[in-house]
Amino acid sequence: MSLGFVMLCHEALDRAAQVARHWSERGCPIVIHVDARASAHDYDAFREALSDRDNILFCRRFRCEWGRFSLVQSAQAASEMMLKNFPDVRHVFLASGSCLPLRPVDELVCYLGAHAQTDFIESATTKDVPWTTGGLDRERFTLRFPFSWKRQRRLFDGYVRLQRRLNLRRRIPEGVTPHMGSQWWCLTRETLEAILSHPRRTEFDRYFARVWIPDESYFQSLVRLVSDRVESRSLTLSKFDFQGKPHVFYDDHLQLLRRSDCFVARKAWPRAERLYAAFLSGEHDAANRAEPHPGKIDRIFSKATERRTSGRAGLYMTGRFPRKNHDNRLTAARYVVFEGFGDLFAGFPDWVQRSAGLRAHGHLFAPERAEFAGGLPVFSGALSDNARLRDYNPEMFLTNLIWNTRGERQSFLFGPRDTPAPGRFFPRDPNADVFCVTGAWAVPLFTSKRPFTDLRAEAARLQKIENAHLADLRNPATKARVRIWTMADLVENPAEPLRTVSEEASLTVAQNPAEVPKMVDLTGFGAFLQQLRNAGMHPYLIGDFPGDPPNGTSP
Amino acid sequence: MQIGKRIRLGLRRRRWYIRAIRKRRDLRRIRLRGARISSATNVVIAVARNEHVRLPYFLRYYRDLGIEHFLFIDNGSEDESVAYLSEQPDCSVWSTDASYRGARFGLDWVNWLARRYCLGRWVLHVDVDEFFVFPFCDTRPIRALTDWLDGSDIRSFGTMLIDMYPKGPVGEATYEAGQNPFEVASWFDSGNYTITRNWECKSLWIQGGPRARVFFRDDPSRSPALNKVPLVKWRRGTVFASSTHNVLPRGLNLVFDDLGGEKACGVLLHAKFLNTLGDRAKDEAVRAEHYAGGREYQAYAEGLESSPELWSNWSERYINWRQLEILGLMSKGNWA
Repeated sequence: MSLGFVMLCHEALDRAAQVARHWSERGCPIVIHVDARASAHDYDAFREALSDRDNILFCRRFRCEWGRFSLVQSAQAASEMMLKNFPDVRHVFLASGSCLPLRPVDELVCYLGAHAQTDFIESATTKDVPWTTGGLDRERFTLRFPFSWKRQRRLFDGYVRLQRRLNLRRRIPEGVTPHMGSQWWCLTRETLEAILSHPRRTEFDRYFARVWIPDESYFQSLVRLVSDRVESRSLTLSKFDFQGKPHVFYDDHLQLLRRSDCFVARKAWPRAERLYAAFLSGEHDAANRAEPHPGKIDRIFSKATERRTSGRAGLYMTGRFPRKNHDNRLTAARYVVFEGFGDLFAGFPDWVQRSAGLRAHGHLFAPERAEFAGGLPVFSGALSDNARLRDYNPEMFLTNLIWNTRGERQSFLFGPRDTPAPGRFFPRDPNADVFCVTGAWAVPLFTSKRPFTDLRAEAARLQKIENAHLADLRNPATKARVRIWTMADLVENPAEPLRTVSEEASLTVAQNPAEVPKMVDLTGFGAFLQQLRNAGMHPYLIGDFPGDPPNGTSP
Repeated sequence: MQIGKRIRLGLRRRRWYIRAIRKRRDLRRIRLRGARISSATNVVIAVARNEHVRLPYFLRYYRDLGIEHFLFIDNGSEDESVAYLSEQPDCSVWSTDASYRGARFGLDWVNWLARRYCLGRWVLHVDVDEFFVFPFCDTRPIRALTDWLDGSDIRSFGTMLIDMYPKGPVGEATYEAGQNPFEVASWFDSGNYTITRNWECKSLWIQGGPRARVFFRDDPSRSPALNKVPLVKWRRGTVFASSTHNVLPRGLNLVFDDLGGEKACGVLLHAKFLNTLGDRAKDEAVRAEHYAGGREYQAYAEGLESSPELWSNWSERYINWRQLEILGLMSKGNWA
């Protein structure tokens, strides 16, 4: 029982030589294909370096190009050479020059001995897996791809479009079901021989020569014709990023790779000295018969892909700045906006903090300064309470605040006196809970002792601003969860809205609020409203406030 | 993008390219180690003036990152900088007494040296008080980063400048030659940066941090830009347009993802706020050789008179790059 390696080498030939020597010294015959694009000087040095090993052969060189049939040709040529020259090889393992053996080759031989008739090749039909990147999956097999994607991108794309428009289809050879999978396989001698000396091989080769990325489908499809013991997984640990490029392993992956119990990993950074030193040293733990379990590595790399494609919600930084309306996740975490409550109830933020367990700020966007909870001049993330700094980019002030405090839910008061920009921002944000009492801006006017003509003008201004803001809140495109009461309704029956607030805003399971915030004394407010009306300023947002203060408004 | 704008940007790039070639006459070669440059894949280019006290640690830091060669332009130093640098085996040194301002704050010289010696190499252009931090920089050399960028067909790498400051008055943070400046100035602002998009240059415009919080709070629009693209694979025709904030051609500024994902990016730690700043700010405010007539230095000189404290209760203390990544100031992107 013997195992042979076919190595496809492109660059970093010194590392490939190291790995080849490692395997060859442990009794495994090797056939090496070197990309014809590698320089003659490098190639000669490579051969020279391995000249003392008589179980290493070099096969005819093809010019390899990513995504084209030349990669299959090189694997075919090298495999044929392997089968012909090393008759006692039972399994052939396809590896690349940047592969790194993670476990001693004896363990691999042992493992294959226990699975003597099994072909390890990842092979899945295109219908059933979403592996492909770039949109070509089924079409890899039904269109023609005579142009290079790397060098002739325009021709490549244009020809694909043309074939789609003309509805041109290729006939897939009779009996072949297109399968795809990792390029790196380990096949039994019988299977490989059956593929390479198949009576219809010329037909297959002619077909696959115009298939897109045939190195991921040639052996993967044909193995289904000749073998019935296919184990659809690769023995080579190889992860791809979101663009379809292989992830690279570095020195700091050493422990991770050790614990993965995989046999071979691709691909290692050529300068990862510690990795090569550790895995090629020859010393290893006692015999280890564990099955490969690359789960942890899988997770790390799929996280990387997720980070690259969807990123951290609500984060704006050097590498992530979503366009407007392109990413719905405007902020990092849920937060609560109270409109009007602060005017109506004395010490409302304190009540929120106590009853709902939120970090309750005052008017963050007040014209004078950002009223952080506790009156702090600087808050989380070193946000300053300076109004000019804040108003330089108020949306980012808010997104920064929410990002900096993730893990602790924030709430703040908002009203028509404040910087208006956030009022157009948070209605679009699915993370916002907005509780709004309309018309409550009239209460501070009522309690202030300013001349009535000022009050009238200010009331008109605030009502106009709030009305525009309400249109944003009621817009069908609004993503925030919005609750709106008129001030008259709230004063009539404050208990129910307050319960709603403490239930819905609260992080913990809502308990009946032990206490209710104290409402501002509204004696004479009805008369004040009438005075406004008499002056021609109709405060319609307040609702139908009774002419006389209702009894028992202060709970 | 209107054609007119494209043409204008193209002309601007060419103007700076030609200007850089013209400004080569400013530079006097002190020490050129051509063989070392041509075998390097990544080099640092820096302009220095009277920075002798900072150079030892600067060199040590970047050597540890795996930088293979340094190209220094000395702008009329009166200390021992030139002698010190020429002795270093991995430094090439040029000297000039010409105006820093006249060379577009040194950029023309940098563009020229990059064009002349660094085609096809990764050029890292930093000031001697800027320290580059990239994902995995504690376990992987910079060559791993540039190889990965090459493999992913990425030609530039974005960073944000983070101002580091000491706890206590800036003037009392004493720095000594060879010392790690972040032992003294180890604090930073983690989450008060604002970003807008600069469509003309396809870049992001980042502002904020302690400088905006303390020195520019009354006029935040004037606070300095913090977005930088310091690491670029140099080709013929590439130019740094305004400091390293913008590079032309504009495509090199697309170091961010605008569909919601994160691209890998890093950070430049800025060791500016040390006791060395006080004298320098006065000096530079008078010399007015810096950007916008040295108005930034004027602001510092005024601010530092009153001995400001940049530190606040919510300042973060720097630990390592993973901390910065968790805070959202940099990202691994899909490099794992």
